[in-house]
Amino acid sequence: MSDPMEQFKTIFFEECAELLISLEEGLMQLQAGDSDEETMHATFRAVHSIKGGAGAFGFDRLVAFAHIQETLLDDIRSGALEMEPEYITVLLQAYDILSGLVGAAQRDEDMDEDFGQDVAKAMKAIMEKTGVPVSEKTEIPPEKEATAVRHFKISFKPYVELYQRANEPILLIRELSALGLLTVELNADDVPDIEEMDAEHAYFFWTFRLVTELDETAILEVFEFVEDDCDLEISDLGPYLSPDEFIEDNSAGLFGALEEGDALEEDDALAEDADPENETVKKTQKKPQSVTKSAETVVIQSIRVEVDKVDRLVNMVGELVITRAMLREQGSHLLVEQHPNLVHGIEELSRHIRDLQESVMAIRAQPVKSVFSRMPRLVRELTASLGKKARLVMTGEETEVDKTVTERIGDPLMHMIRNSLDHGLELPEDRIKAGKDPEGCVRLSAFHRGGRIFIEIEDDGAGINREVVLQKAIEKNLVTADAKLSDEEIDNLIFLPGFSTATSVTNVSGRGVGMDVVRKNIQSLGGRITISSQTGRGSKFTMSLPLTLAVMDGMVVNIGNENYVLPLVNIIQTLRPTANDVNCLPDGRKVMMFRDEYIYLVPLYEVFGVQDAIHDPCKGLVVVVEGEGGVLMGFIVDDLVNQQQVVIKSLESNYELVEGVSGATILGNGRVSLIVDIATVQELSANHPAEKNLTNPLPEAQNHSQAPLSMEVH
Amino acid sequence: MTTQDETNTKIAASAKEIDAADGATKQYISFNVGTEIYAIEITMVREIKGWIPTTSLPNSPDYMRGVINLRGVIVPVFDLRTRFRRGHTEPGKNHVVIIVRLDTRTIGILVDAVSDILTIAKEEILAVPDQDTNPENAFMAGLVSVDEKMVAIVKPALLFDMNLVPDTTPETKVA
Repeated sequence: MSDPMEQFKTIFFEECAELLISLEEGLMQLQAGDSDEETMHATFRAVHSIKGGAGAFGFDRLVAFAHIQETLLDDIRSGALEMEPEYITVLLQAYDILSGLVGAAQRDEDMDEDFGQDVAKAMKAIMEKTGVPVSEKTEIPPEKEATAVRHFKISFKPYVELYQRANEPILLIRELSALGLLTVELNADDVPDIEEMDAEHAYFFWTFRLVTELDETAILEVFEFVEDDCDLEISDLGPYLSPDEFIEDNSAGLFGALEEGDALEEDDALAEDADPENETVKKTQKKPQSVTKSAETVVIQSIRVEVDKVDRLVNMVGELVITRAMLREQGSHLLVEQHPNLVHGIEELSRHIRDLQESVMAIRAQPVKSVFSRMPRLVRELTASLGKKARLVMTGEETEVDKTVTERIGDPLMHMIRNSLDHGLELPEDRIKAGKDPEGCVRLSAFHRGGRIFIEIEDDGAGINREVVLQKAIEKNLVTADAKLSDEEIDNLIFLPGFSTATSVTNVSGRGVGMDVVRKNIQSLGGRITISSQTGRGSKFTMSLPLTLAVMDGMVVNIGNENYVLPLVNIIQTLRPTANDVNCLPDGRKVMMFRDEYIYLVPLYEVFGVQDAIHDPCKGLVVVVEGEGGVLMGFIVDDLVNQQQVVIKSLESNYELVEGVSGATILGNGRVSLIVDIATVQELSANHPAEKNLTNPLPEAQNHSQAPLSMEVH
Repeated sequence: MTTQDETNTKIAASAKEIDAADGATKQYISFNVGTEIYAIEITMVREIKGWIPTTSLPNSPDYMRGVINLRGVIVPVFDLRTRFRRGHTEPGKNHVVIIVRLDTRTIGILVDAVSDILTIAKEEILAVPDQDTNPENAFMAGLVSVDEKMVAIVKPALLFDMNLVPDTTPETKVA
């Protein structure tokens, strides 16, 4: 907030990031061959805007490089240069260099002297080869702009007399806006309370910012007739600096600016046609308008809000969710006949709170596009280094999910795409042999279903080679040699820690820390991942993730005199075993037969040191949960309390991390309840002193599998 | 002895006065643990709350009584008596929790009762004897005599900082 220049820079880089994305999108469309004129314009504009802004901040190398790139793009869009496939490669390389330079400028670093020189040469070569010289006509040197376009600040404070002489400020403002680009800021500070207001007094005054090629006399002319009836101050802010500055100011224009908006745009468009010299400024200003035409980059009316503020709102809604739970608990004792209004009121309130919660969560929601947009580049780079051909098809980029989720799925997603390209897709010649298109296809899609978001990564490669996978798993002692596994179970072996089918370690994937880490990341977000595969047809990863990390569906359980919350997503089943089902191992741990497998029983009362809890699972209950690596465990609890939405609160903010607990929540009775972190409980119980000698737990199976001693899936 | 509400009103009132204070005197809230009287700077105190049952945390030291819900914020409550190794407080209706704002954290301190608000000049505060040789006393900022009774001014940041007092009660860890 302090240094305005820094602020403009920040805005410039934010905009650069957006422009680079739209540039890349445009180039990808060009590559895919489904580009139209608008795409071409958009790519040119992106480079052009970056150049313009960079010039204002004196990023010379960025300007120099962007200029060459812009010239090439301009030649292509004007038709002076026929598009050739190899140009795309050069343009994509140029894109990489450009984003590298932007990054360097942002970090305030210097790149090597020869960074990007080869690409710059390649671009020049294209232009020379085709006989189109590096045209200077599109170049607008910053100095030239500086002399031509000036930036004025005008403060205008009318006296009462101005109005009395039947002058109208709006007319003056219109006249001003005809001179150039104008922002209007209305100052209403002097307006008194309505009781004290004198209808004939002049309370408003204005601050204008005008970007124009004309000089001060032209401005004075506008005010010629009112000069004596107002305070007028015109200050020349010198050469027009950055389009960003202008945009920034625009936002402060309030209704004054809105009023002038239409006239401004029209005027802008006219001026542009008439005056190509002045392109930089006008183009940048026009951008939001023109971009709306392209369906890819929809500009939505929006405001920028600090994440902090939104988080505060989310917290307050969290409180309401808790209060609702409390009211419902209290209200459940009321008889509808006696208190009809109260009972209905509580119901009504519940509904409103749910709506409110959804609306607030929607504020934090972001389209997955922000993550997806990183993938085309990855695919491009990987296919080049692997000698494979692939195109990436993305659908559902507009699907929205909480910001924390988008922030944390990037890495797992990249890993899976790497995996698909490296292990899934075959080399072009093999694909031809198999009768497929030499160019493989990776589909990345996102969609909502049942209150969760699903992300699928599908390739049309060879599919999982189950023989190799099974062989590998047996070799690595992850599964017994005589195990009979279903195809699905074999496919899911790749998620086991230490599993990798790559015979040699490539720099792309295959260090054996691959898919198990992916699964761990996804699980830490409360998500799940599965794979399905068809030999010769390809494989498909499916991720399902919660829409938010602030609220969770939980099962409240009772242990002794404490309540704990278990994440509902991990719960498989709850049951009360008979004495015959429960057995003791020599090390003292209890196991239970569940769906034809033995699973460990975890005494939660011991892990959490709860007094007065029921120790005998046959008298209490066993909640079967799925832990890390799909391992099933039975948590011994006293009783189930209820299933409800809980708001996740941090323990660390005022205390410290507590082992075995991922957070806390507040139940309807106002009491704090701890949320069990299943993964660490699993670890804690595995490290229990009594079982120290047992390092290799029995393989356990999950759900439908009837195979004896098979590996778990999911 | 004052009631909670009175004390809370006074905290709010004194917070306003503090701006006007010249720095020579400071206000303290004094409270009892058993027969002893302690005091804490009033600017750190957010409010005084009656005891409400806590939710105990696993694997925590014995002076950590668990967490409470303070208007949606999870606040840990510490037993000052246990911290001073004077046994375990059996909290009832009359016990109070002093909500204290440390740097970035908010914590609750369980004490027997809040007794008064003291205005103490800087020169009235006496040094704690032998503090250098007895690091256990380092949590005290000084001693002061009020109505011929000794009041120890404590620094809660040092008392309940998990990093500074790692193991006063080693046997409390639940196996």
